[in-house]
Amino acid sequence: MSQQTAINLKYAYYPGCSLEATAREYDLSVRAVCARLRIELAELHDWNCCGASSGHSTSRRLAGNLAGRNLALAEAMGMDIAVACPACYIRLRSAQNELKQDKERRDELTRLTGLSYQAEYGTRHLLDIIVNDLGLENLKAKVVKPLKGLKLAAYYGCYLVRPPEIVGFDDPENPQCLDALLDALGAEVRDWSGKVDCCGGSLSLSKRDMASQMVAELIDMARRAGAEALVAACPLCHANLEMRQPGGDDGKMPIFYFTELIGLAMGIAEAGSWLKKHLVSPFGLLNSLGL
Amino acid sequence: MCKDMEYFDNRGKAAIEARFSEQVKEESGTDIDRCYQCLTCSLGCPSAFAMDYLPHQIVRMVQMGLREQVLTSSTIWVCADCHTCATRCPNEVDLVKIMDVLRATSMREGLAKERGVADFHRIFLGNIRQWGRQHELSLIIKLKLKTRDLFSDLPLGIKMMLKGKLKPFPGRFNEIKKVRDIFKGTE
Repeated sequence: MSQQTAINLKYAYYPGCSLEATAREYDLSVRAVCARLRIELAELHDWNCCGASSGHSTSRRLAGNLAGRNLALAEAMGMDIAVACPACYIRLRSAQNELKQDKERRDELTRLTGLSYQAEYGTRHLLDIIVNDLGLENLKAKVVKPLKGLKLAAYYGCYLVRPPEIVGFDDPENPQCLDALLDALGAEVRDWSGKVDCCGGSLSLSKRDMASQMVAELIDMARRAGAEALVAACPLCHANLEMRQPGGDDGKMPIFYFTELIGLAMGIAEAGSWLKKHLVSPFGLLNSLGL
Repeated sequence: MCKDMEYFDNRGKAAIEARFSEQVKEESGTDIDRCYQCLTCSLGCPSAFAMDYLPHQIVRMVQMGLREQVLTSSTIWVCADCHTCATRCPNEVDLVKIMDVLRATSMREGLAKERGVADFHRIFLGNIRQWGRQHELSLIIKLKLKTRDLFSDLPLGIKMMLKGKLKPFPGRFNEIKKVRDIFKGTE
């Protein structure tokens, strides 16, 4: 217990654009869960879009400066950044890496934004923070309603684990932290080989058929491993896995955000209102298990 | 054409080809000459099924200076940017950075074969310039108008609106001028 009270976790929170709309439930569950886990999130004031794939596909410097403005804002707050979206996470960390090594580019960022930046603070994903800063023992101590009987496959996707020299807080081919987290919540975690395969999320709008095929393969793999639902930590994966999943409404596999499941296991009353926003309803599955 | 002219013409072409390979090397900061065609990139690529040239072939084509074929290929646009190739490459050839350079060059010169993907990037960045953050509903509507594909996702879109997953209007952003300065200063 003494160890638990000694932890002082405080971050500048960068939600990212998706969490304001398509992934509203991810944002709500992040804020609710972190508040109860005593992880203090101070939203970065006036943050801008990180540029995502479109930024670096067009110009690396543009991408670096868009992400760089957010990094500089957090540095002014004197805190590490906590990021919810892995696509933002990789952009912020890539920019941090590039700017750290290049004074000319840091000067350019200052000239364009009026903010100084020395790359002194870190950029962390919330999954990393919960598993490695808070610790799974501390999380487990807050579980009041274990997710008993819920058969889950942990889906990491791309940007939480790749490229390992930029992001990697876990193994790039066979990561374990999300599996361990779900295990701590009392769920039945299934091992499977699709955990770091790409779902095609970046092509979900522009190459629909491609994304559908990639999603179908993942869902099929998860089913064969005995999972009844997938768990994601990325708003783009979540949207793509829900939108482009084949089959009728009854036959589709529910996709959870990991923070929603933490909320459920902690007995947070609002959890139901987050899950109502899903395109694939998880209530049939949860009710059948009395969760 | 006399023999001499042909000689000079071919030399000019060879120079352009060599420049392309050098340009990609310089802008991507990755040494493509290290590639020894082991095919690890292509074997692990989740988008390979939709490509006209496989990733290892693109590397070879860049080495050979096949500028036009590379810049008009589908491959550079159906690449899902998943980083599997660069992570697994035994020789540290960073195909992700190479793809970025190829996409940017292709888009700049109006050569993009998969117009839908290039349009997506343009609209995406246009929205950030306008509002500072991405507004997903207008991104979707603009892309659907541009690609004249209005109805394929309509029921899905309506369902998302009803679930409160698509914000009707972009939010207010205080320092939009700073974001526009970034675009002006770096594009």
